Amino acid sequence: MTQVQIENVTKKYGDFIAVDGVTVNIPDGSFVCLLGPSGCGKTTLLRLIAGLEDLSGGSLSVGGVDYSKVPAHKREFGMVFQSLALFPHLTVAENIAYPLKIRGVNASNRRVRALELLDLVKLPDIADRQVHQLSGGQRQRVAIARGLAIDPKVFLLDEPLSALDANLREHLQIELRQLQKALGVTTIVVTHDQREAMSMADTVIVMKAGKVQQVGTPVEIYRNPANAFVANFIGVSNLLAGRLTGLAQFTFDGQVINLTPEDILHVQNGQAGTLSVRPEDIVVLPDPAQGQLSGQVSFIRDLGANVEILVRVGDIDIISICAPQSRPSVKMSDRVGLQILTGRATVLAA
Amino acid sequence: MTTLTARLKDHRGPAYPLVMLVVFFVVPFVIMLSVSFFSRDEGAFFQPAFELSNYARFISPFFGKVLLTSLTFSAAAAIISVSVAVPFTYFVTRMRARWQSVMLVFLLSVLSLSEVIIGFAWSTLLSKTAGIGNLLVAIGLMEISQSFTPSLGALLLGLTYLGFPYAVLVLYPALSRLDPEIPEAARMLGASPIRSFGNVVMPMMRNTITGALILVFVFTLGAYLLPQVLGRPQHWTLSVHITDQAIFQSNLPFAAAMAIFLMLVSLALVGISTLLGRART
Amino acid sequence: MLILRYAFILVVLLFLAAPLVVIFGVSVNEPKQLLFPPEGFSLRWYAELFQASDWLNALRNSVVIALGASTIAVSIALPLALYVWKKQSKMAQALFGLGVAPFLLPPVISALGFMIFWITVGFYGQIYATIISHGVFLVTLPLVTISLGLEAIDRQLIEASRTMGADDKTVFRTVIFPLARPYMISGFAFVFVLSLNEYIIAYMVAGFTAETLPIKIFNSLRYGYTPVMASVAVFFVLTAIVVFGSIARFGDLPRLLGAERARR
Repeated sequence: MTQVQIENVTKKYGDFIAVDGVTVNIPDGSFVCLLGPSGCGKTTLLRLIAGLEDLSGGSLSVGGVDYSKVPAHKREFGMVFQSLALFPHLTVAENIAYPLKIRGVNASNRRVRALELLDLVKLPDIADRQVHQLSGGQRQRVAIARGLAIDPKVFLLDEPLSALDANLREHLQIELRQLQKALGVTTIVVTHDQREAMSMADTVIVMKAGKVQQVGTPVEIYRNPANAFVANFIGVSNLLAGRLTGLAQFTFDGQVINLTPEDILHVQNGQAGTLSVRPEDIVVLPDPAQGQLSGQVSFIRDLGANVEILVRVGDIDIISICAPQSRPSVKMSDRVGLQILTGRATVLAA
Repeated sequence: MTTLTARLKDHRGPAYPLVMLVVFFVVPFVIMLSVSFFSRDEGAFFQPAFELSNYARFISPFFGKVLLTSLTFSAAAAIISVSVAVPFTYFVTRMRARWQSVMLVFLLSVLSLSEVIIGFAWSTLLSKTAGIGNLLVAIGLMEISQSFTPSLGALLLGLTYLGFPYAVLVLYPALSRLDPEIPEAARMLGASPIRSFGNVVMPMMRNTITGALILVFVFTLGAYLLPQVLGRPQHWTLSVHITDQAIFQSNLPFAAAMAIFLMLVSLALVGISTLLGRART
Repeated sequence: MLILRYAFILVVLLFLAAPLVVIFGVSVNEPKQLLFPPEGFSLRWYAELFQASDWLNALRNSVVIALGASTIAVSIALPLALYVWKKQSKMAQALFGLGVAPFLLPPVISALGFMIFWITVGFYGQIYATIISHGVFLVTLPLVTISLGLEAIDRQLIEASRTMGADDKTVFRTVIFPLARPYMISGFAFVFVLSLNEYIIAYMVAGFTAETLPIKIFNSLRYGYTPVMASVAVFFVLTAIVVFGSIARFGDLPRLLGAERARR
């Protein structure tokens, strides 16, 4: 059992708190993404789990065993670094077999295992090439193969795909996920790309300024963001700052929006709050008298696969996205109405 | 404008440097080469001639011994100073920028000291009345203070001190460009910190380390004062004899011959080690 | 583990600093003897350095030579570095090699070469001979620093200024020169400090007529001890620290010495 338990972990550099009291439980065999903007502490947290940095506070256990004081080279975790850190003076096979060589495995067994792993990452023929001869994608896979060489308890990856171009990245996201499912190893990936987190992870941990903002499945986080930061970081969100006035009423820009029982409320009656609704969950109606809000069309973007309509309400532009087939017949400067689909509004703390 | 004048104008930039370097660097060496074949003149420094007698004096056990001594000392100093410099420089490159600057300022200041100052400083440090002798007596390791110089150990210490800053400066660029994630990856793969240094960092730095060894070796070959101040007459290296012959024995042709010889030996050794280095990769 | 690392660094630093500490102690020794730990505390040997006519003379010579040599070295290095940076041909690389060569040879060989040269040409014993010799010998330093600096200039800056109407001369004056200036200054400073300290070339070329501080120290070593020697050494170290410290303070010293970018 290799679930990872992070208990109130803190990391300080002088006065600067990089990781602030993080408590998270990562189940055995799950694929977790640490997601957040740069500087949020996600890489620091990963390095703390790896043992490359010492904890300032809190504890870390893996499979029930306290790992807080175990040095990095004894943890038996696999890791892929952002720069990949392949050893330039060794061949591909030697790189992959390096952890085995340290552990005293003999040469022929090392070779067998290296070839096995190369098969696993779909690079069967490059065992004896030099690192500098490989393409970006190939190096990536070799780094992954090397990280998995000892069948690690935990597999850690620090922004593994950020250096690749978009096409290759999407490809490798899928492969990485499939690989992980096949091997069943507890995997923790750091990324700043929310699309990547959404595609690969079982669980997403959103971080900001050293603190955990929300933990949940990608869909949970998307549908039910815990606060405005998460709402905005994951996908695009319309954020309306106003006040909850009445049991199912949100007042914004002097207009009253009637909410339904299915909408999610994080604040009490009378409190200020932020209404969050995704562009695909709000519809433009040609008649301004209809819908929960009204405003003026400020911009229309026809993007081919979908249409974006920006409606000016108060001092913000609300974005509504729809398929070309369902495009409402409105044009620039028209006064229009806006309707939020049932249950898709979330009122977050201000 | 014709192409010729255009081309000349294009190259007029380096004209002044070229002239200066040729006149004041290349020419002196050509002259020195010719002087090495001249004969000695008591009154006027040297007499134009062509004799090989200066070079012939090398083929004697005395100078054979001097050459061997010089090479051995320089090799030892190179090995010691580079061995210490590699981990030292590595640690410095892992420091924060501000501390790196502090270290570098300190190292450059030590580097700028001429051999005279270093000789004076070390002979004082190892002397009877003003050196660590007093310190050792104070903490009870010795009965009475004594002088540790002149001696073989003192000379080696001085030569190592002379070459160390240069070793650090040669190693610094390469070590600071080393991706810090590489030793970290080695650790994650199971290598203890010491093993990751020896197993991964050192092999990657092979060429730079060789360069540092060569530099310190050649540089300490040119030490003209330390063997006199910190060593006994049997420790005198070739460079000491060059200065001795040039200044005190007023035998410039012989000094020139030795200098040319030393230059050739240095170049040959540099060449051989560079070739060996290339052959291995 | 970390403790071992710091202990090691500390030991090396002590090794490097030990002779300097002793020299300092000796320089403040009251009586005219080589004693450490010092007996009494006196700054009179520093005063003598700036008052006694023979030391003052040597100081003047050292500074004059250092200033002259730095100017010459930078004046040779700058056009050479510019040429190599622009052209990048085999010829340019050969010239660069020529510029680096003086520093690669052991100083004693260069010193002898210079000595013989000046004897032949007839300027042996003149202070100008020392100035020129130092200037040529120490060319390598500004050459390397200025080249590094030029390398760091983004070529697009030059292209941008060209599109805005600047001709070659203006580009040099307004873009290249200001960006290269810090490296020229640090090159100048390096040569200054090393020329101050340099002994063997100064000695062989004009040692008896243009006595510099290092020469005087060497003579004192042989012919009679005075703590002023130590105060000169301390003076040199302080000068070096001030010069290099200023470069570190106002510039990027790690970058200057080859680091790609300083950490954190």
